Amino acid sequence: MDLDARYLLCPMPVIRLSAAMAKVPAGDQLTIRCTDPGALYDIPAWCRLEGHEIIESRTEPSGEIVIVVRAGR
Amino acid sequence: MARGGRKRIKGRGVPHEAMEDRKRKAVVLLSGGLDSMLAARLMLDQGIHVEGINFFTGFCVEGHTHAVRHDRRARPVRNNALHSAEQLGIRLHIVEVIEEYKDVVLNPRHGYGAHLNPCLDCKSFMVGRARQWMEEHDFDFIVTGEVLGQRPMSQRRDTFPVVARESGALDRLLRPLCAKLLPPTLPEREGWVDRERLLGLSGRNRKPQIAMAGAHGYEYAQPAGGCCFLTDPNYTKKLRDLWGSRGERRYDFDDIMLLKIGRHLRPRPSFKLIIGREEGENRFLEGYRNRFTHFWTPDHNGPLALLQGEVDDGDLDLACAIVARFGQGRAVQRVRVAVGRPDGSRHDREVAPLPAHALAADWYL
Repeated sequence: MDLDARYLLCPMPVIRLSAAMAKVPAGDQLTIRCTDPGALYDIPAWCRLEGHEIIESRTEPSGEIVIVVRAGR
Repeated sequence: MARGGRKRIKGRGVPHEAMEDRKRKAVVLLSGGLDSMLAARLMLDQGIHVEGINFFTGFCVEGHTHAVRHDRRARPVRNNALHSAEQLGIRLHIVEVIEEYKDVVLNPRHGYGAHLNPCLDCKSFMVGRARQWMEEHDFDFIVTGEVLGQRPMSQRRDTFPVVARESGALDRLLRPLCAKLLPPTLPEREGWVDRERLLGLSGRNRKPQIAMAGAHGYEYAQPAGGCCFLTDPNYTKKLRDLWGSRGERRYDFDDIMLLKIGRHLRPRPSFKLIIGREEGENRFLEGYRNRFTHFWTPDHNGPLALLQGEVDDGDLDLACAIVARFGQGRAVQRVRVAVGRPDGSRHDREVAPLPAHALAADWYL
């Protein structure tokens, strides 16, 4: 599952991710793309609170941030 | 009637004995500042199950807003409420209320503060939404980090009851930092929390809170201009200009986001330019290329600029000259400026960059 949160400022990527993860079964993955550098902190922080796991986090040459999340509970 | 309607509060009328065994649950309005974090701490220390709620109105000042600009990267690039929740070890529910909040901004029953800040209405709205959340999630009471006398509109002895009443929270609203100065609330009367272990803080002196934060090793945000753009004179000047240019007081989400980014210049009553100040802002503005006529200088490093409003051909030349003025080609005689349209089409114009003295001071918003 992919989620486009580009050009949104935090906390909107977290809000969109929260809504999307509610539909992701435990163990499945979701990839979110962001442009807000705050996502590098906020999304892992939110995932830690919710029991989700960050599988991958990278910043592409374009500046886009790609984070792969595996659903926990 | 509370904003957003009223529902029966769960637990009301349930025999006291039947609920005695259950661990009490409080929802804390967690702003990301120090006071709400300490209020949550006081509840956790009393064995209360605590979860945080944070409302995103679109006007919230956060590290992320500044993070768009590369030259401010030294600041923490994070959502302060999330950081508070992590330090407390509690869940945080971030709730987007942009549409609902418009009524608070546009029609405040209690008026504005120094700028366009409807603080008392805002507090009633947020506590009211927290009350709804409390009812939907079977929580018992609401906690805020308010301190008596700390804020001129919303944190006064005479306005505290207004918030409790208009939000519909009534006596399920607990303010642990100043509770000892207020009449006992339901959680105190029922013994869910020990009133003696709550505080009696008042006034604008924050030394006790800072000492508590130090004792717990908490990091916290202290935004210089407050936590809401509606208290910012520069921001509200742009918001008023937006309403004036439209001839009506209305806004959408993109409007209020764009007011936070870039230089805003209105060289003619009919149009405004939003000019990126550096790479991070240019990247953010790129997300709006399909909504606005936009400008950039293909042969020189320079800003991306958006145009809002109506322009004729002469206005377009002026807009191009202004954009060229803010690029690296400002000292060149003629600069090529690309004009992109929302439909993806583009044409180029060659213009002389506007001289510095021709940039009128009153164009800046």
